[in-house]
Amino acid sequence: MERVLKPALLSRRRETPRSLVVAFAATVMLLAVAPFVVYPVFLMKALCFALFACAFNLLIGYVGLLSFGHAMFFGWASYLAAHAAKVWALPPELAVVVGTATAAILGIIAGGLAIRRQGIYFAMITLALAQMMYFFALQAKFTGGEDGIQGVPRGRLFGLFDLSHEMTMYACILVVVLGGFLVIYRIINSPFGEVLKAIRENEPRTVSLGYKTERYKLVAFVLSATFAGLAGSLNALVFQLASLTDVHWTMSGDVVLMTLLGGLGTVFGPLIGAFVIVAMENYLAPFGQWVLVIQGAIFVVCVLVFRRGIVGEIAHGLRVQL
Amino acid sequence: MFEIFGLPAQALFSQLLLGLINGSFYALLSLGLAVIFGMLNIINFSHGAQYMMGAFAAYLLLNGFDLPIPQFSQGPSASWLPAIVFKHIDPGLNYWWALILAPIIVGMTGIVIERLFLKHLRNLDPLYGLLLTFGLALVIQGLFQNVYGSSGLPYQVPNALREGRHLGFMYLPNYRAWVIVFSLLVCLTTWFAIERTRLGSYLRAATENPILVRAFGINVPRMITLTYGIGVGLAGLAGVMAAPIYNVSPLMGSDLIIVVFAVVVIGGMGSIMGAILTGFALGIVEGLTKVFFPEASNTVIFVIMAIVLLVRPAGLFGRTA
Repeated sequence: MERVLKPALLSRRRETPRSLVVAFAATVMLLAVAPFVVYPVFLMKALCFALFACAFNLLIGYVGLLSFGHAMFFGWASYLAAHAAKVWALPPELAVVVGTATAAILGIIAGGLAIRRQGIYFAMITLALAQMMYFFALQAKFTGGEDGIQGVPRGRLFGLFDLSHEMTMYACILVVVLGGFLVIYRIINSPFGEVLKAIRENEPRTVSLGYKTERYKLVAFVLSATFAGLAGSLNALVFQLASLTDVHWTMSGDVVLMTLLGGLGTVFGPLIGAFVIVAMENYLAPFGQWVLVIQGAIFVVCVLVFRRGIVGEIAHGLRVQL
Repeated sequence: MFEIFGLPAQALFSQLLLGLINGSFYALLSLGLAVIFGMLNIINFSHGAQYMMGAFAAYLLLNGFDLPIPQFSQGPSASWLPAIVFKHIDPGLNYWWALILAPIIVGMTGIVIERLFLKHLRNLDPLYGLLLTFGLALVIQGLFQNVYGSSGLPYQVPNALREGRHLGFMYLPNYRAWVIVFSLLVCLTTWFAIERTRLGSYLRAATENPILVRAFGINVPRMITLTYGIGVGLAGLAGVMAAPIYNVSPLMGSDLIIVVFAVVVIGGMGSIMGAILTGFALGIVEGLTKVFFPEASNTVIFVIMAIVLLVRPAGLFGRTA
């Protein structure tokens, strides 16, 4: 049976492969120049989704768990961050902490329930739990129902930097997202990450080696939820809005698509996938529901003939790790 | 009028009826999912979209549709691209025809989908099947939204079932009684076909060990294709029955399928009868919640799912994985 991923390269090398260093340097340079060329809000949106997709990839790519409910972490974090910034008048850094913590707590509860089943059931359970959280968001008073929480103040970061300037906001988002990206990379390549990959490859054998796989899966799930929450909180600050779109199942579908298109289990795949999908949604917005048709078609094509994804294919062609 | 738990009996019974109706759809849909899962080992995410297709098939069979026909012009100014001419086709077939034809049409599209796409996923992780059918659901939903918008289209209750009757404690519309009785009948027939007939025994054997069944000279790939067609046809049938109750809308399946997933997690997909019973039971629970605690009626099934996962992770009728 072909697994979701190729077996991990069990290299004993400590240092990071050169291909990754080069790719990361190129990414940083591109993103540093980009706001002078491209509309910064578009870039910030793509960066938030890139972090979201990286968080999702941590779970599907390295533990082999397909969550179809990551919108609940993204959306609820964005609600709480927006509420903290607007109603409690917290500074942006604390608002983001509140949002991210919300996602982490939700992750503990949802993860604790979902890891009781494997494979397809795991996907269905996460989807159902996310739908439940969607209805809670629809009914709760503070979320503002159909209107969402609008006019969220961006505030001053640490009381020093005025985030209402697009460039300051962009720099801030870039630093946080790249930081999150590096932390996720570090997690994947830690001894903890190696156990996760072992679970992905063969869970019964990992159990027989004495690892409590349930705990590893739960920690991975909570970490993934937390980073998804970080992305959602940032997104709320960027758009000064938290709405039902962020908790809807289509959002969960979006992040699955980004990761699948970019390349499951690749380091840079989610980043590329997020930029492609956000750009596509941006440019195809006037064509109404054709976006949905095209997204669906991408799913079908990716699953049938393009399972490595964009970055996976490039890495395979160049025989390097990306 | 008498009262139960301080509520007028009328309200209680009418919500119970509504719950039973919802329950019949849960049962029909989770039954189809279980049949498909047993044979193909995938979760059919497009089940909701195919339910919607069933409803649309009924609507279009009655009200007609514009069929795009490519026309190749001839002569010196002929272009390579055919011009699209819309031809209005008005079959004018009523509900009873739709009840027979719509499941066949939806089932045929299912067979095409299985042959074109799902066949190639046999040896892959079952998660890929989920992703592919999710993509198909988006495509189908998006296409219907492009043509018919997102608001609902009305579909008349068939003339023969338009009346209703007073039962003394409540008013029972005939159509709703029909939906409950008929879907129960379909569920039980499917159960009988799978558990008690020779064909069903082949099916169950092929679920357990396809290689051995093939060795006995049974065409397993064809059986898989037909199973998918029938499972999807059941979704289409549910769609036809739903059309007069809810409006016909491209979005009608997308939220429903998530609830059905929760139903499937609660029941476990190990047993056909389990899927039927869980479907009806959860419909009733949902209806009762609407009476006693209306705010929770949207979420009660998900809450039950969480509790079942805590107490009995394999599901009520599931075998331990």
